[in-house]
Amino acid sequence: MKRVVITGAGTVNALGHDVPTTLEAMRNGVCGIAPLQMRDADRLQIRIGAQVTGFDAENRFSRQQLTLFDPFTQFAFVAAEEAMRQSGLEITEALADRAGVVLGTAGGGISTTDDNYRTVYAEGKNRVHPFVVPKLMNNAAAAQLSLRYNLRGPSFTVSSACASSNHAMAQAFVMVRSGMAPVMVTGGSESMLCFGGVKAWEGLRVMARDACRPFSRDRSGMVQGEGAGIFVFEEYDHARARGADILCEVAGCAMTSDATDIVMPSVDGAARAMRGALVDAGLAAGDVGYINAHGTGTAANDKTECAAVAEVFGQQTQQLMISSTKSMHGHLIGGTGAVELLACIMALREGVIAPTINHREDDPDCPLDVVPNTARQAQVHATLTNAFAFGGMNAVIALRKI
Amino acid sequence: MSVQDQVIAILAEQAVLEPRDVSPDATLESLGIDSMGVVESIFAIEEAFDITVPFNANAPDAADFDITSVASIIAGIERLRAQQNGPSSAP
Repeated sequence: MKRVVITGAGTVNALGHDVPTTLEAMRNGVCGIAPLQMRDADRLQIRIGAQVTGFDAENRFSRQQLTLFDPFTQFAFVAAEEAMRQSGLEITEALADRAGVVLGTAGGGISTTDDNYRTVYAEGKNRVHPFVVPKLMNNAAAAQLSLRYNLRGPSFTVSSACASSNHAMAQAFVMVRSGMAPVMVTGGSESMLCFGGVKAWEGLRVMARDACRPFSRDRSGMVQGEGAGIFVFEEYDHARARGADILCEVAGCAMTSDATDIVMPSVDGAARAMRGALVDAGLAAGDVGYINAHGTGTAANDKTECAAVAEVFGQQTQQLMISSTKSMHGHLIGGTGAVELLACIMALREGVIAPTINHREDDPDCPLDVVPNTARQAQVHATLTNAFAFGGMNAVIALRKI
Repeated sequence: MSVQDQVIAILAEQAVLEPRDVSPDATLESLGIDSMGVVESIFAIEEAFDITVPFNANAPDAADFDITSVASIIAGIERLRAQQNGPSSAP
């Protein structure tokens, strides 16, 4: 079994268009949630979201790229540039055949689908752009990264709703650990903040209208976000041999399924995923100082997640910090775990625990240290990041300081 | 069809019962309608009466729309219809 480390990180999200800006915002408890700016917003019931603003795609990409890049690909592409640049990795001919890219997304090119449905159904046109399919397909972002960096090994897209990027990163991790690939580009991306995407979420009646307040007794639901998080996962000796700056170790992961309900989460499935990640990483409960929660701000998730944490960590729960950065960057759906991994890296590398902002009132059903409102300094040696998806699919990743 | 008959028809379909088996004082719980069934029922009510029901599944009791029983739902519909001024109402 190989050891796996992270040597590059990149992101685009509502808090920033790169990792330093995003981490600075998390340190300062900045809220990226604002009134939605989109066509027909006046027809929405839910009018807030964590949108990527000032991105200026027209000046970032060529005309040819713009015809092929849905926003979910654009976000992944820009985040990957940052991650690859930080890693300093050169994809040589020998490495290219074994290196790949596994990304997570739930909606893929849903903005492209939305735009073109409008064209043919609402506007009555009988013709769409010739590249609609390669633009909207769920593997478009992964494919564009494979093309850009000459990654010729295993590449594909994982889709498990809100756990997509955690499942993708878990998959990349086991591929590097097993020796199948010395390097994997991984993470996730989502751009569901389009009219149809918001309408679909609206229908579930679980969305907040004012703010995302995970673990706060007066919470009223989730708030959608968008963006991408991309990482370079690399075999430890490979990274050491080339003198790479190692951000942290990916120590373990676990994936479980509730097999109980299509939308309601279960304590058992979440607990088995966290416990499994600890065992896989060789960590004791007391080794973990911080958990980046799934923490959606819904009644169903937050109670279940807190009960699962208490079950797994027992007496150690009191020493544990657990925060939901979704309060700041919103819920990136299939890309959320990737952006949240950044908070874990910040905890390990900088000793800064990102807060759960918008917290107003303790909830007896969530009796944990949720790092309310203000970031905290703390030395942490291991972290978990949780993702519990619709469909009852859970993926938890354990990181360790190196 | 009266408002009561329409509400009973919606809830009966959700609960997989005959309308005659849904009494005006039946509660959604007694009909076996779970949280997802509640959300679907509210959607059906909004469609049938062309109203917007301010319901959030995270705080079902907080909304100004009592979903406890057939009778309370009817009262809520009547109030929303008056507030939202009929079929042309915007949210």
